[in-house]
Amino acid sequence: MKEDIRNKLQNVLEDRVFHKTEDCISYGYDGSFGQHIPDFVVQVQSTEEVQSVVRIANEFNMPITPRGASTSLSGGPLPVEKGIIMDFSQWDHYLEIFPEDLLIKASPGVITGDIHKLADEHNLMYAPDPSSSSICTIGGNLAENAGGPRGVKYGVTKDYVLGLEVVTAQGEVIQTGGNTVKNVTGYDLTKLIVGSEGTLGVITEATLRLIPKPLATKTAMILFDDLYTAGKSISTILTSGVRPSKMEILDNNALNRVEDYAKLDLPREASAILLVEVDGDPTILDKELQTIKEALLQIGVDKVDIAENKEDEDKLWQVRKLVSPAIVESGYTKISEDVTLPLSKIPDMFKKIDEIKQKHDLNIVVFGHAGDGNLHPTLNTNMRDQNEVERVEDAVEEIFSYAVQLGGTLSGEHGIGTMKRAFMTKELGESGVQFQKAIKTALDPNNLLNPGKIFPIAGEERLVLRNE
Amino acid sequence: MIDKLDYQATFDCVQCGYCLPVCPTYIAFKNEKHSPRGRINLVKLVAEEKLEIADMEEGIDLCLGCRACETICPTNVRYGDILMSAVEVIKENKDMTLKEKGIRTGAFKLALKNKRVIRMMNKGLYFYQKSGLSKTVSKSGLLKPLPKYNDLNKAMPDVILSERITNNINPFRKKDIQVGFFQGCIMDAFFKRINDLAVKIMEKHDVQVTNIKKQTCCGALQHHAGEHDMTVVQAMKNIEAYEKYDFDYIVNTIGGCGATLREYPKLFEEGSVWHGRAVKFTEKVRDISEIMSMLHLEMTEPVNMNAVYQPSCHLEHVQQVFKDPMNMINNVPGLKYIDMQDKSLCCGSAGVYNIVHFDESMQILDLKMRNVKTARPTLIITSNPGCHIQMQLGLEREGMSDEVLVKHLVEVVAEACNIS
Ligand SMILES: Cc1cc2nc3c(=O)[nH]c(=O)nc-3n(C[C@H](O)[C@H](O)[C@H](O)COP(=O)(O)OP(=O)(O)OC[C@H]3O[C@@H](n4cnc5c(N)ncnc54)[C@H](O)[C@@H]3O)c2cc1C
Ligand code: SF4
Ligand code: SF4
Repeated sequence: MKEDIRNKLQNVLEDRVFHKTEDCISYGYDGSFGQHIPDFVVQVQSTEEVQSVVRIANEFNMPITPRGASTSLSGGPLPVEKGIIMDFSQWDHYLEIFPEDLLIKASPGVITGDIHKLADEHNLMYAPDPSSSSICTIGGNLAENAGGPRGVKYGVTKDYVLGLEVVTAQGEVIQTGGNTVKNVTGYDLTKLIVGSEGTLGVITEATLRLIPKPLATKTAMILFDDLYTAGKSISTILTSGVRPSKMEILDNNALNRVEDYAKLDLPREASAILLVEVDGDPTILDKELQTIKEALLQIGVDKVDIAENKEDEDKLWQVRKLVSPAIVESGYTKISEDVTLPLSKIPDMFKKIDEIKQKHDLNIVVFGHAGDGNLHPTLNTNMRDQNEVERVEDAVEEIFSYAVQLGGTLSGEHGIGTMKRAFMTKELGESGVQFQKAIKTALDPNNLLNPGKIFPIAGEERLVLRNE
Repeated sequence: MIDKLDYQATFDCVQCGYCLPVCPTYIAFKNEKHSPRGRINLVKLVAEEKLEIADMEEGIDLCLGCRACETICPTNVRYGDILMSAVEVIKENKDMTLKEKGIRTGAFKLALKNKRVIRMMNKGLYFYQKSGLSKTVSKSGLLKPLPKYNDLNKAMPDVILSERITNNINPFRKKDIQVGFFQGCIMDAFFKRINDLAVKIMEKHDVQVTNIKKQTCCGALQHHAGEHDMTVVQAMKNIEAYEKYDFDYIVNTIGGCGATLREYPKLFEEGSVWHGRAVKFTEKVRDISEIMSMLHLEMTEPVNMNAVYQPSCHLEHVQQVFKDPMNMINNVPGLKYIDMQDKSLCCGSAGVYNIVHFDESMQILDLKMRNVKTARPTLIITSNPGCHIQMQLGLEREGMSDEVLVKHLVEVVAEACNIS
């Protein structure tokens, strides 16, 4: 049978079909955990090819897992039930800008960074800016509803999608949305598809919204003596009348690791630092930072450093950029979490994580997009130490549970995939999960599109990082 | 297997994929197996015995070893070490199964045993230089796949081996900087002119240059072929030869050799005496562009050309020399520099890659030539003989060899300094 499928796939795609283990195995991982081997990898390059592959999959009842650049941090593109990996990374040729309409149209494999570049050339901006944008695909961003540092002011991927072309689980093509910001014709299927992690349909083209490019930016670094005040200052800033374009927080551990790594003369004793960027007309940026400074003074925060020039500003952001490399320890694996909380609850979460860290004797640093409550507690783990891996699993579980308890969510931007599906019921409740599942079953009754994702598997109640 | 492969280093890879857009083989072959992330994963799985050695062979064989992935990697994965460990394991496995064919490891072995491949390359270099390549390529079948290389070998004249640079220690001439010159084997034979010019530039600017008779090949070829023991012997010889002198720097004009010299400490166990000696040696190793940047060069003659720069991968990604060649280029009077897109992308020459993996190498060269054509230079500046011949070949394939010259950075600077 496998031979039959292969022949049919090759009829459509010729040499853009891989079937040997040594080729397929490289399509069995992502930026999280787990190694799987798909039966086939197909490198699709047109809507018609996608349709044909979906029809072949239907004929043989073989699952399909869409894949962009496989930078997912939640297991989204892992072929957990084998079958076909539909690789979009080579379908990156269509990218067209319509500057007068403030629109861009793109094929799913276009790299997000190329969209940024093209928009920039026309003095426009595509706002969503995941840190992975130099490599991730727009299809992957749409499927995960990716966010980024600019989320606090500009929102996330879903806020910039006007329309999609989607191939359904049956192989039909549908259009959702259109070319206009306002559109209430029928259900908002665009938003349903965005963030569906490739489980409801395959995205074959996107129409994205652009906005005018801000003229300039200016950045301040704020130091805190205690975490509670750090947390409080986030709300203070956001209610001061100024809307920062970025607000990134690093806890003392993260800060010290960056200092160890890069020796930037950072204040090692600070409990946390906050980087705040404002953007817009250069003449008002100083004034805005001044407003923030005054508001902070009201709550006793007086250590505010404002970057005087572009060079200093870049240096400040360097601190944030270096967190990831700095916290990777040789031989250890970095497990990045993605809990998101109401802003007022951030200090509680910091406190809790500190407790969990002590209790399980683990190496945890916290940083994240403070402005939208999205934290990335990151655990450095020796994956070859069984006992430590179990402690990490416990710790992650405790962090999730506490996030839900605080009225937050499991995932702000990385998605559920395989990593967090065991906790879905905890957050949504049984009927919440069933409602979502009903949508999945209606659109993909044979469960061919990216099976094994989002929904909890019977009996699975906790996070399992081990992969044997 | 876990002991033989650099399993530990594979854990530093967080599979973020940042390395994909800079990897020439991924860009050209469009298969994740040919990406750094894919290769590291293959090595890891072989180490865990979840895959056979044979499963990683093609992926590893087709790696250029350009190490662009190391420069971009946010977590500093030691890709070079992972690669070398895999090459050694593949080679060992082959020795055992006696299935040596014309693939990379086998070809290297051949090269080392009877010097055929090296000679072939050398002849190539000689010829490219002499004839500007045009006739050779069409006659020799360089444009056609691998087997045609036999013809090439036959078609080429014998090469007159260059003489060594004279030992020019002169006790009465005290100069500011004392350097020991490292000529390199390939460079010695065919780029003697460039070495000569480099020495002349240094001497004209008050550098005391000494050539060491006892130096031997840097060991790069052996190393890339997985011949660890042979590399170690060569490294020891060189360290021994140079540590007798009190040089400020040990200078070479070849991006690839310099990289090997700079990685000598990796060949010895940390803490051992030889490791210490290697570290001392390596601290002094410099590329010629670094030395030239230190000097106040008297560049008086305009070089009126439009130039792009094709950096040697190992100069950039191993030696981490980025700025100095650019400094030089920007200071040459009359020279108009054009920033070529993806200039740091490997040209596909990569040691003897263009001989053992001819088709693949040409695919990568085509990517490069696309950017050259857009830039429209009249001169391509290189910093390594391998790149030099590959760029010549590229021009020839595109029919551009009449309009565009290829020169080593040293030649350009020498011209500007009125040295010939
Ligand atoms: C270093 C690093 C930094 C990161 N920073 C951020 C960040 O700041 N913000 C953020 O939100 N995320 C971040 N991520 C996570 C990741 O980059 C995003 O989730 C990204 O959107 C994934 O895109 P991708 O192209 O790699 O998709 P993949 O990982 O290949 O796939 C992701 C999901 O999308 C599905 N999919 C892919 N293409 C299609 C398609 N055409 N149609 C339907 N489904 C499809 C897949 O099935 C899968 O479920 C980061 C990851 C890394 C490694
Ligand atoms: S950039 Fe480094 S960590 Fe990321 S995938 Fe490549 S080798 Fe691995
Ligand atoms: S060394 Fe060069 S060819 Fe090899 S994996 Fe790294 S970037 Fe790719």
